[in-house]
Amino acid sequence: MIQVIFLAQLREQLNTATLEVDPAKVNCLSALKTYLVELHPEWSPFLANKKLLVALNHEYVRGDVPLTTGDEVAFFPPVTGG
Amino acid sequence: MAFSVAIQEQDFDVGAEYAQLVEGDKNAGAVVFFVGRVREFSQDHSVTGLALEYYPGMTEKVLEKLIAQARQRWELNAVRIVHRVGSLGLMDQIVFVGVVSRHREQAFLAAEYLMDFLKTQAPFWKKETRGDGVTCWVNANEYDQQRKARWD
Repeated sequence: MIQVIFLAQLREQLNTATLEVDPAKVNCLSALKTYLVELHPEWSPFLANKKLLVALNHEYVRGDVPLTTGDEVAFFPPVTGG
Repeated sequence: MAFSVAIQEQDFDVGAEYAQLVEGDKNAGAVVFFVGRVREFSQDHSVTGLALEYYPGMTEKVLEKLIAQARQRWELNAVRIVHRVGSLGLMDQIVFVGVVSRHREQAFLAAEYLMDFLKTQAPFWKKETRGDGVTCWVNANEYDQQRKARWD
């Protein structure tokens, strides 16, 4: 399975912290987003936000990347620590 | 312990962190540290507290990577980053960045570099409690991005 994590404000907007997706259904990041919006159309504006950051297995990624079973994908807003 | 990070709920002791950074180091000619604290006014409203969230597993990794990047730019003897998470009140300490080098220039630059990148790269998020009791996620600001861009 692919583990999907939503953090901070995004978690509250989607009212979801984590979910699992079958890798047979999505093989890349863009397909994952499409799949999530199909399941939850109301998530569309939040996942389409261009400022959203994405990490794959704890590393930042940009653009589309392939996904496979065991991957952890996290979506989160721009960071505000320090 | 010469290069280490900690993410913790409990407060940190600047004196103890400093002592540990330089312990037994005969070449620790310069030490620079930065402490970030919860302040009362953020932009136009008053703040009474913060809730700090992070991404366990990734945040530590990002901080370690920032230290490795700083070490490629400057000759550093030791670096320590401590960042608190959970509930913080007004005037509480949030973050400690300490850098030890032989000379001050490297220590000053590395400390500033680490803070600029921590602010824009490390997965932490602040939620403010305002004077009227309303809670609100803090927005990332353009100024921090500009500070980071200086190092490109």
